[in-house]
Amino acid sequence: MASNSSGSDSSDRQRIAQQRLSVIAGHLQRPVEGNSGILAAECKAQGDKLDVSSERRTVPRRRQEIMKWNGWGYSDSKFLYNKKGQAEFTGKRYRLSGMIIPGLREWMESTFGANLQHKTPAAPILNSSVVQPPTLNEAFLKELKSTGIPFSHDAEDRVFRSHGHCLHEIFALREGKIGRVPDLVVWPNCHNDVVKIVELACKHNVCLIPYGGGTSVSSALECPPEETRSIVSLDTSQMNRILWIDEKNLTAHVEAGIVGQDLERLLNESGYCTGHEPDSMEFSSLGGWVATRASGMKKNIYGNIEDLVVHIKMVTPRGVIEKSCQGPRMSTGPDVHHFIMGSEGTLGVVTEVTMKIRPMPEYQKYGSVVFPNFEMGVACLREVARQRCAPASIRLMDNEQFKFGHALKPQVSSIFTSFLDGLKKFYITKFKGFDPNRLCVATLLFEGDREKVLQHEKQVYDIAAKFGGLAAGEDNGQRGYMLTFVIAYLRDLGMDYYVIGESFETSVPWDRVLDICRNVKARIVRECKDKGVQFPPLSTCRVTQTYDAGACVYFYFAFNYRGLSDPVHVYEQVEHAAREEILANGGSLSHHHGVGKLRKEWMRETISSVGMGMLKSVKDYVDPNNIFGNRNLL
Amino acid sequence: MASKAVYSHRDPMLKKRDDFEDMLEERRNSSDLRYALKCYTPVLYKGLTPCKVSELKQMVLQSDQLGYVITQVSKEKGVTLDEVTGEAAAILEEMAQRLQLSTVRFFAFTLSKVFKTLFRSICVNEEGLQRLQQAIHNHPVVLLPSHRSYMDFLLMSYILYTYDLALPVIAAGMDFMGMKVVGEMLRMSGAFFIRRSFGGDKLYWAVFSEYVKIMLKNGYAPVEFFLEGTRSRTAKSLTPKLGLLNIVMDPFLKGEVFDISLVPVSISYERTLEEALYARELLGVPKPKESTSGLFKARKILSEDYGSIHVYFGQPVSVRSLAESRVNRSQFNLIPRHIPTRPSEEILSFVNDSAYRLVRAQEENMVLKPWVLLAFVLLQKQAAEEKQGTALDELTEQAVWLRDLSRQYGAFLHWPDHIPPSEVVSSSLSLHRGLVRISEGRVQLALEQVGGQQVPGETRGAITPEEELLNKAVVILSCASYRNQALNVFIRPALLASAIHTAASNRKQEIYNSFSFLRNMFSNEFILCPGATVQDFEEACYLLVKTGTLQINQQEVLITERGHRTLAFLTSVLNPFLQGYQVVCRFLCEQDGLTEKQFIPAVRKFIIKHLLTGRLRYIEVLSSDLQKNALAALIRLGAVQKIKGGEEQGTLKLNKVMLNSLEDTLAGKMPRQSCYVKGPIEEQGPYYSDLRYFQQFIFC
Repeated sequence: MASNSSGSDSSDRQRIAQQRLSVIAGHLQRPVEGNSGILAAECKAQGDKLDVSSERRTVPRRRQEIMKWNGWGYSDSKFLYNKKGQAEFTGKRYRLSGMIIPGLREWMESTFGANLQHKTPAAPILNSSVVQPPTLNEAFLKELKSTGIPFSHDAEDRVFRSHGHCLHEIFALREGKIGRVPDLVVWPNCHNDVVKIVELACKHNVCLIPYGGGTSVSSALECPPEETRSIVSLDTSQMNRILWIDEKNLTAHVEAGIVGQDLERLLNESGYCTGHEPDSMEFSSLGGWVATRASGMKKNIYGNIEDLVVHIKMVTPRGVIEKSCQGPRMSTGPDVHHFIMGSEGTLGVVTEVTMKIRPMPEYQKYGSVVFPNFEMGVACLREVARQRCAPASIRLMDNEQFKFGHALKPQVSSIFTSFLDGLKKFYITKFKGFDPNRLCVATLLFEGDREKVLQHEKQVYDIAAKFGGLAAGEDNGQRGYMLTFVIAYLRDLGMDYYVIGESFETSVPWDRVLDICRNVKARIVRECKDKGVQFPPLSTCRVTQTYDAGACVYFYFAFNYRGLSDPVHVYEQVEHAAREEILANGGSLSHHHGVGKLRKEWMRETISSVGMGMLKSVKDYVDPNNIFGNRNLL
Repeated sequence: MASKAVYSHRDPMLKKRDDFEDMLEERRNSSDLRYALKCYTPVLYKGLTPCKVSELKQMVLQSDQLGYVITQVSKEKGVTLDEVTGEAAAILEEMAQRLQLSTVRFFAFTLSKVFKTLFRSICVNEEGLQRLQQAIHNHPVVLLPSHRSYMDFLLMSYILYTYDLALPVIAAGMDFMGMKVVGEMLRMSGAFFIRRSFGGDKLYWAVFSEYVKIMLKNGYAPVEFFLEGTRSRTAKSLTPKLGLLNIVMDPFLKGEVFDISLVPVSISYERTLEEALYARELLGVPKPKESTSGLFKARKILSEDYGSIHVYFGQPVSVRSLAESRVNRSQFNLIPRHIPTRPSEEILSFVNDSAYRLVRAQEENMVLKPWVLLAFVLLQKQAAEEKQGTALDELTEQAVWLRDLSRQYGAFLHWPDHIPPSEVVSSSLSLHRGLVRISEGRVQLALEQVGGQQVPGETRGAITPEEELLNKAVVILSCASYRNQALNVFIRPALLASAIHTAASNRKQEIYNSFSFLRNMFSNEFILCPGATVQDFEEACYLLVKTGTLQINQQEVLITERGHRTLAFLTSVLNPFLQGYQVVCRFLCEQDGLTEKQFIPAVRKFIIKHLLTGRLRYIEVLSSDLQKNALAALIRLGAVQKIKGGEEQGTLKLNKVMLNSLEDTLAGKMPRQSCYVKGPIEEQGPYYSDLRYFQQFIFC
């Protein structure tokens, strides 16, 4: 069976660990052209600051150079069915890149009733003529020009910043439908640029919408259609330097536009990491994390964003807010950082953040455990949380997701591997009597120094054994985490074949986990049926984080929309019902995606009227003229 | 008005109902033994983790819910945890079922024999059973049969066994346990026993509710209980009891299951086994203790013909859809779910409305036999003191007229249309020959005793006028129990007819006020969903307009030419009840220092006196059921107050002004109408504001 303890392949494992880091870091060559303008606009104020970052940047001003305009991620990476009808992942950036995935087609066909004959291709190129001409505030523009901060009102630039990655947003783009988009995009290069922009915006009553990585799934980036002022998208992507690293206090001061992969890569070069790895870390930005209260998969070791942040600088219409010192904890009334974290761009722009950093882990190890059923798996996670011995990451996939993960296995080259796979399957299902339609799998990631990792690993596997868990090897674990990065690409593939879907999340007390999983999944199935969906939907979940008092649960939901006249509307109704179900079952409105405009309607019942009043009064004080007018949250 | 959508308001004529199959037919043609030993493989709940009876008990004893209460009780009483746990285990032991297939097979065999002798047929809607099977597969199921006879739950299990459906566990009253052998037999066929009252006993409640919930949640078996709580002696549906319904809805409300299916089942007997027994009970002959020998006596003579039974499995009702946009389930988010909490007002009213809805669903699918209609006619004739009886022709004509009317009102009437009406009538009469006397082509109720057989077990001798009256009453109440089966069909139109009759003008508003008063008055007597006055009024108007009895325009209600007969009939439906409530008011007005216990014997004496002097027309007001309901209504309305605690515990405090006024109002001497039209309540004095208060209460 799969071994977790033999030492002989440890070098191999290290290699894999390295490889993983390079997955994150390995595709970061800055496009040669495209940033000369930025260099010209380099902040003078930065000159005397220590800039430890290298010059390589992932995100260019013109995102369209490397990214899709109507789908997820890099233009060169996507799933497709090749001429033989086999699924394939293109490009060179990921571990899966260039590989054939033999099981995917059958899985898609059997799960969704999808068919390669029934295609729904996306509009191939962005037709600039459907983009509304910009409403420009000439006075603002004139003064902006004089500051030398780069800007653009090119249609493509504006469209790129008009959306996040909600299903309805991407679906509309694929159909070539474009609604209200920002009228102007500006690329501040440093804190002082932002100060100038915000001042000008206040002066000329222009609406500002901060834009970081564009990975929002809460309609947070959508321009309010009722907004009549000129909307300026403030793209922080060029504010991407690590300004200093303080090794004595283990902190780093970073500009907030930096994206996760750059932050990790650059810190790694100095031997450090933040350990903050949200699933979107390739594209999401530090400022975005702060503004939405993000959570990373390794929070068990490193903490969520609120635990990682030491100091924040934010530019608001009232001026700049920051604390006067970097003490690790303060008793100075309510923590003003908590007005900033989760403010979703309604109060100002986060420009610089001091974050905790840690030495890079010496050793990383994946793992996985198979449980006879989901109930046992949840019980095991609960016990792990009770003993407070959760590994860096521990995630429990339900049976459907386990099968999904299986379908994504790349073609194996050697007969031996496939023989081994068969043997494993036989052992688990026949010898151990696990029902292949009920079993579920937990994926694990351990991090730290080698000895402790191995010790920790044993402790966790021992607990798992008490709940009928069988160790199922590193490979399964690693594939589970790889899935995280490619799942968004998969949605694009689905959308080529009448399949639409999305994920959403919640947090819930331990005693409610099983109930919420069952009820929400069942609600999705029922709602789909009621709304006339012709095929049974995929309705699946996983527990992705453990806490002392509860867990974070992720739901994936997708269906084949053939035969529906307005699939997005149906989708939204079902997601709405699912959220109602979550709330009725004691789940939270969001664990880390945030509220945006998508979940606003539930805010009052979530935080009470008084709570709303508190937030409202902060907004009214900080931004009385609603300059930061994205209308999220409240 | 909160409960807008308690039930859908549509044309009752269009109600689609399934066909019946006689399940005894096959029993008559094939071996009962082979049937009892047949292969039994029911479809089970898809989420079922099979477990044994003993494991089930362990789960209950180890549940967080019970654990919490055990700790609480142990602290309160200062006894050790072990002792309380032991007590809990003992309660569970006393309560738990021990469902055993072999016992069920034994029952299947013997019941086949018994049923074939007693009944002509047992008709079941097979489509309903298919729906039930589907429901059992998908969600935990609660079976809610109507309760008219001891037979009910044996019959239910018998049907489910026959159709290869999962056998239910049944909540039964503890009194059955008195029947030693039978009690244990019932236990082994799935009955679990609950004490009739355990008001303050936390531990008992915890064990009981946890036991039921665990069986339900795990899909161990469908849970069966009687919403009405006890057998209805009058054949009218009883006001639903909410305790168990509350318990079975709880797992859904707290998110422990995705949904629960509630399946109303309507069981109608052409002739009730307990017919005369019930009548005597209502007249004050005490209820015989449920003993094994009593049960056998209850069905007395195996050779008698009890006609047929119809069992209709209704459409499963999803608790989830009942609760949708009605209950905010997140109210359970802030307290751990295993800590027992008093249900909120919102939940209570939801459960209450659901219960009414379910009882109405039971009522709607009750099969009515032609005899039920004859009972209407015969009782009305009797009350009109037509001593010579009714000519058969006339009876037939009236029955046919009533047949058509009841069908228009949506009754589920089984009138064999291929047989001439006169034959239908005479065969009905012959089945109930104990209650009627036919001589020289004239029919009347068998009130004068000729052979002494009509009243079972009565010894002949010198009969006092009082005894004679009671003997008559037995026949009348027996007959009324058949008439009552169809009361639900006529009740709303009847309330409207009486309202029209008593209202001072034909203004719609005034009639509505009158209707609302009567409806409020009788809401302990009939199944009238709380808060649905407007819907009921509209439904009644709709039916009477549709059948050409009334014409209603913006302001006025007009009676049509041919509407008088219908209205006269409908008014007479309600008359016995009106008189009954009046006499109760009168009685109370003449009392001083009455306790609740003394009420029934005293009011009975009072009524007998008045009946003998001929001041009361309806003998059926002797029914203790009516008297109790009247008292409950008066207490609800505030005309009578029950003193709780202290030396005067149970004493009834009477508001005689109000009682007097209510009596007058019921008698149709109505100062009342004007009060609603006139204006603000403040002007009307205390009684009106009281009434108004309760109206509001019902409205909200």
